[in-house]
Amino acid sequence: MIYEDVSLDIPRGKITAVMGPSGTGKTTLLKLIAAQLYPDSGHIFVDGQDIHSLSRSDLYKVREKMGMLFQSGALFSDMSVFENVAFPLQEHTNFDASKIESIVLEKLHSVGLRGAAKLFPSELSGGMARRVALARAIALDPELVMFDEPFTGQDPISKGVLVELIRQLNDGSGITSIVVSHDVEESLSIADHVCILSGGRVIAQGAPSDIRASDDAQVKQFLNGEPDGPVPFHYPESIADEQRSQR
Amino acid sequence: MMNSLISLGAGFLDWLEAVGRAGIFIVQSLVRLPVRLGESINLLIRQLYSVGVLSLVIIIVSGTFIGMVLSLQGYSILAKFGSSGSVGQLLALSLLRELGPVVTALLFAGRAGSSLTAEIGLMKATEQLSSYEMMGVDPLRRVIAPRFIAGVISLPLLSFVFSAAGIIGGMLVSVGWLGVSDGAFWTLMQQSVNFNTDIINGLIKAVVFAVVVTWIAVYQGYECVPTSEGIGKATTRTVVLGSLSILALDFILTAAMFGDF
Repeated sequence: MIYEDVSLDIPRGKITAVMGPSGTGKTTLLKLIAAQLYPDSGHIFVDGQDIHSLSRSDLYKVREKMGMLFQSGALFSDMSVFENVAFPLQEHTNFDASKIESIVLEKLHSVGLRGAAKLFPSELSGGMARRVALARAIALDPELVMFDEPFTGQDPISKGVLVELIRQLNDGSGITSIVVSHDVEESLSIADHVCILSGGRVIAQGAPSDIRASDDAQVKQFLNGEPDGPVPFHYPESIADEQRSQR
Repeated sequence: MMNSLISLGAGFLDWLEAVGRAGIFIVQSLVRLPVRLGESINLLIRQLYSVGVLSLVIIIVSGTFIGMVLSLQGYSILAKFGSSGSVGQLLALSLLRELGPVVTALLFAGRAGSSLTAEIGLMKATEQLSSYEMMGVDPLRRVIAPRFIAGVISLPLLSFVFSAAGIIGGMLVSVGWLGVSDGAFWTLMQQSVNFNTDIINGLIKAVVFAVVVTWIAVYQGYECVPTSEGIGKATTRTVVLGSLSILALDFILTAAMFGDF
């Protein structure tokens, strides 16, 4: 059991930051929203549709309007950077080659990697791979983009550019963004709505200013990065035992 | 006693379930039609290259050596009966009926099957398969189908290449070295090889082995635990299960084809 009684709203056209200590299932939440995983109970509505009740072909149609940035980047290792970003366009649009090329180069330009178009994923650093993956995730101009740890492994300059880019995507095209992260400052600086998960529950939800002003001990501990507090730093052995016995 | 009976039953049910899942898996990856035909052909050609063409070296080299050994062994026995000229017949029949399909399939499981499993497993571990799904592209159609079809096309062709290499290797030894007359070598071979019973039966075996080995390889890759240990185990399972299935099926097929005396 990862979640208990979790209920949260992702406002349309806004940036929602989902934060929480590692191991609270933030990635799982994204996979549930994308219907890559199915919940044992409960419902998730995307654009008014119960995503887990859709047929395969309907689900694939909804996913064309979603972009997801995976934690590892998940670039296709047998394709170059250019082909990776071009792939969703070739697959879902009827654009001709020159139009696809201009879109791909524009998206790569926005993540600062236009010059790396000919490289292969194995030749990229982790941070670069993730930026290419971001370009790929937004290639189809999706309505909803899910960013799984976009800031991890980025140098301060790229981090700044990414924050700016996510903001721009949101302001310019009205994309709904979900940013999963534990970078407190970056997340709070771009988010319109923040949701903090811990121990399988939502412990705080609201605007960044409300979160900062929160009196809740768990929230405070998380935001200030304190080792002592209600959230244990040490992973409890009892949970590990429970997980093992369930297998 | 009761417990071991229960675990035997449970094991059998697990096995049945896995076979069922693997069956659904392969049917699904084949029936979902490609969106773009040109793209699918492109993918298939790339897989034919990596699964088929890149296996040619090991197939030709092994075929040649096996043919050479066969004619050495065959010659030493046949010469005792004064029929050393039949070594060509011995070579052709044993290669086309048995060794061609079986040894090719065993080598294929080791060379191409293991790399298919490892490749697909690593795609799973690095979330590339999830990535396809997230883009609304079915990984079964995009990743599994071209690899499976390429394997089913390649293995029978490789099996004939193997037999041809074996016959040439055997000829080099028997005609070139041991002094068998080349007229007898080729004439007896031509007279004794029957198109239906030998070549077609060999082809049927190769096709059956191709389906089974490639199926096991892609399924193990797709279903593996996405960690380095999991991929390693899945690769081992591909080779072990693949080889055992080949040998068991070979017995069944041979009994059906050549069993009625």
